[in-house]
Amino acid sequence: MKTTPRFTRLRPCPALAAGLGALPFLFASGSALADYTWNFPPPVTPIARDTLKIHNEFMLIIGALFVAVFAIMIYSMIKHRKSTGHAPKQFSGPTGTVQWIWALVPFAILLFIDFVLMGIPAYHAVIDMEDTKTKADMVLKVTGMQWKWQYEYPESGVKFVSNLSTPREQVVNQAEKSEHYLLETDNEVVLPVGKKVRVLLTATDVIHTWWVPQFGVKRDAVPGFLRETWLKIDEPGVYRGQCAELCGKDHGFMPVVVRAVPEPEYAAWVDRKKTELAAASAGAERTWSKDELLAHGKAVYEAQCAVCHQADGKGLPPAFPALSGSKLVTGPLLAADGQLLKGSHVDRVLNGKEGTAMQAFRNTLNDVDLAAVITYERNALGNSKGDLIQPAQIKSLRGERT
Amino acid sequence: MSHATTAAHDAPHGGHGAAHPSGLLRWLTTTNHKDIGTMYLLFSLLMFFVGGAMILAVRAELFQPGLQLMQPEFFNQLIGVHALVMIFAALMPAATGFANWQIPLMIGAPDMALPRINNLGFWLLPPAAMLLTLPFVLAIFGIGDGAVATGWTLYAPLSVQGGLGVDFAIFAIHILGISSILGSINVIVTIFNLRAPGMTMMKLPIFAWGWLITAFLLIATIPVLAGAVTMLLTDRHFGTHFFNAAGGGDPILFQHLFWFFGHPEVYILLLPLWGLMPHVLATFSRKPIYGYKAQVYAFIAIGLLSVVVWAHHFFTAGMPVPALLYFMYSTMAISLPLAVLFFCWIATMWRGAMSFETPMLFAQGFIVLFGIAGLTGLVLADVAADAQYHHSYFVVAHFHYALFAGGIMGVMTGVYYWLPKWTGHMIDERLGKLHFWLTIISFNLTFLPQFFLGLAGMPRRIPDYALQFTEFNAISTVGAFILGFSQLLFAWNIWQCMRGGEKADGRAWEGADGLEWELPSPPPHHSWETPPAIK
Repeated sequence: MKTTPRFTRLRPCPALAAGLGALPFLFASGSALADYTWNFPPPVTPIARDTLKIHNEFMLIIGALFVAVFAIMIYSMIKHRKSTGHAPKQFSGPTGTVQWIWALVPFAILLFIDFVLMGIPAYHAVIDMEDTKTKADMVLKVTGMQWKWQYEYPESGVKFVSNLSTPREQVVNQAEKSEHYLLETDNEVVLPVGKKVRVLLTATDVIHTWWVPQFGVKRDAVPGFLRETWLKIDEPGVYRGQCAELCGKDHGFMPVVVRAVPEPEYAAWVDRKKTELAAASAGAERTWSKDELLAHGKAVYEAQCAVCHQADGKGLPPAFPALSGSKLVTGPLLAADGQLLKGSHVDRVLNGKEGTAMQAFRNTLNDVDLAAVITYERNALGNSKGDLIQPAQIKSLRGERT
Repeated sequence: MSHATTAAHDAPHGGHGAAHPSGLLRWLTTTNHKDIGTMYLLFSLLMFFVGGAMILAVRAELFQPGLQLMQPEFFNQLIGVHALVMIFAALMPAATGFANWQIPLMIGAPDMALPRINNLGFWLLPPAAMLLTLPFVLAIFGIGDGAVATGWTLYAPLSVQGGLGVDFAIFAIHILGISSILGSINVIVTIFNLRAPGMTMMKLPIFAWGWLITAFLLIATIPVLAGAVTMLLTDRHFGTHFFNAAGGGDPILFQHLFWFFGHPEVYILLLPLWGLMPHVLATFSRKPIYGYKAQVYAFIAIGLLSVVVWAHHFFTAGMPVPALLYFMYSTMAISLPLAVLFFCWIATMWRGAMSFETPMLFAQGFIVLFGIAGLTGLVLADVAADAQYHHSYFVVAHFHYALFAGGIMGVMTGVYYWLPKWTGHMIDERLGKLHFWLTIISFNLTFLPQFFLGLAGMPRRIPDYALQFTEFNAISTVGAFILGFSQLLFAWNIWQCMRGGEKADGRAWEGADGLEWELPSPPPHHSWETPPAIK
């Protein structure tokens, strides 16, 4: 399988050099930067190719405008100076037909550029980009949440959460940074090549934006609403992007990684995922020992909770409260009748707290994960309640809403 | 009319038989347009350095990948407060300072029409600036979790979730808004009523025209922003659901309201400076302004268009195709009146006798770099390409070309141009030119690489980044530090000019034309006690 070309390849682009590089000093520093990218990364979807083409054309147009306009200005600055003894003229507007034509022609040209040269291709690109429904082969549902993405394949029922997998040590400069630093996840999205994928987006807490530059696709995930876009990946490979809308503390740490594979490989991946999910839900049926729960809970805690409540459970108050010694965590587990206790630790983990970054983990974690992490929080991080909750109990509590 | 205002203004020292209060009390109670203008400008300068210091901390963090100096929470606070400070406490007060000093001088009035409102307008600013920055200090003492961390756009629901910094920002915006509206009313009343006899609207100096359109835009849009942040406040504390889908609200409604203010705001910041440019260019080209009427009509057209294009700031939020097309084409249409301005600026220089004193250098630097902002703005209007540019460093670079090269450098043009008039001393030309070249080189060093970062896929507002963005970020940071420290030359030049230097005569610049240059430098306490005759 081919992986994404590194972004650091030389991609010379005359359009950009003309458009943005008209300032002379850029050319001076250009050679020193020859190894770095000057333009969009290589496009792999029809939209991205379209966008790149339009972008290159537009850069040429504005580059030409820039050069034309400022060449006139610079000519004037050289010719019409006091120090060369140029006598100032005293006109204050166009006089006579010829001058009026000179004054109006630039605007006719601009009108043509705006609404014909740029306006018409832009129109077609927009129509194409928004055509999410025609001949869509499959649907991918993307849910943004602080600070991870959940992916769902409605046709096959596959559903999982994708977290940043770069170790914290690399972020705080205690370990060498890996090749795909900050652009790597624990669960990659897998999509078949050559299929039109309709992407539905939403969010659970704040607005996030799903962006993979090589797809030319960027769309907001708005809590409480569905947004849509589409993509059709031409080449197998791994494509990387990240959240593009400021969404709080770890906005810079929620990458998107998509692996595009041929159709048969995709089908095999779906089967494998289904088996994994079945195994996980089977785990909810049996009784777990406390040690098993604690061991699994530690892993879940570190992946899901430590980002806010910190690895030691001390949190970052006041936004992210401490779990160590917390009244909530060390409070009663369930109501006397075994039902969900409103405002309890279990309730908070399952249903979240509105208006804060504490999300309803019932939507993203399975019964085993939830039981394990709740048990872990009550018996570690400086807490020692001694009680535990079984995955089967979580399963029955899911039906209840406080 | 002008007589009545003069009498009212004279009352305090006449009526009580006391001299001017001196010391702090003088500045607290002053109703003189020059005193207030000076305070606005000095306040703006101070806040320019405050906002600049914040962003230098941000650029230092971004020098290398990884988290070195600060945590993401603090990073998010710095970027948002940087923008709020620069827009509301540096650029807008600078423009109001210009209006205060110059409009009465240029239209032949003794003072602004509403001197007490003028005083109030200024003195609302320091408390607002304190509200914006106080949460940083409170956090040190363990109160709250710092300043607003949502970026200056305060998008809901992130801002509903935020800490007390958001509430401080909401109140700061209210106070700043009241201050702006008071200033705007004053400008409008002054221009409509205190012009010298014979100065018809189409003889009004073009700087005053630029400000007049700004004033109307402020009055039209600030209340919308005030409404939006009030809705945010009630969502946060009083159980309303304007921006919460679960309660029947819509987070995108906030974006519509915010940018209904936010887009005109760009022109609010720039129109006074577009008004200033023709004066400077004409002065140093020793020629009349080219296309006065065309420029006035372009100002009006830009003002009208500015309130109907707001949604191009959030194309990626998702909207119906007709809306996308409408906002794309209406945004592109703004290029036409803007092109009128560029045409007239260049035609004003054409076949003149140019000399290149500091204000002229800044004006020409402004035109070229603002040209880049305008042209990249044109491509940003394209919805499909915008999907790639949006939320990326391409946009960051674009609006700094507009608001630093267009805004801040425009203000510097005005300061250098009018300082001799205000202080009676010429500026230090060598220092001014050094400041210009350092600024223009380091500005491009800072922001040009950001276009390429954006194209390569670096989102804005991230405290840490993938490795392929390292080199451009390092260059940008080096540029930012040179840019930041170069501005000390600007402050030093102003200080020197206030203290002494070569005497400036009434017409400080050889080619200067206009009423303000017919008064001595510095002008008398009550600028025009008898209105001048207009030819």
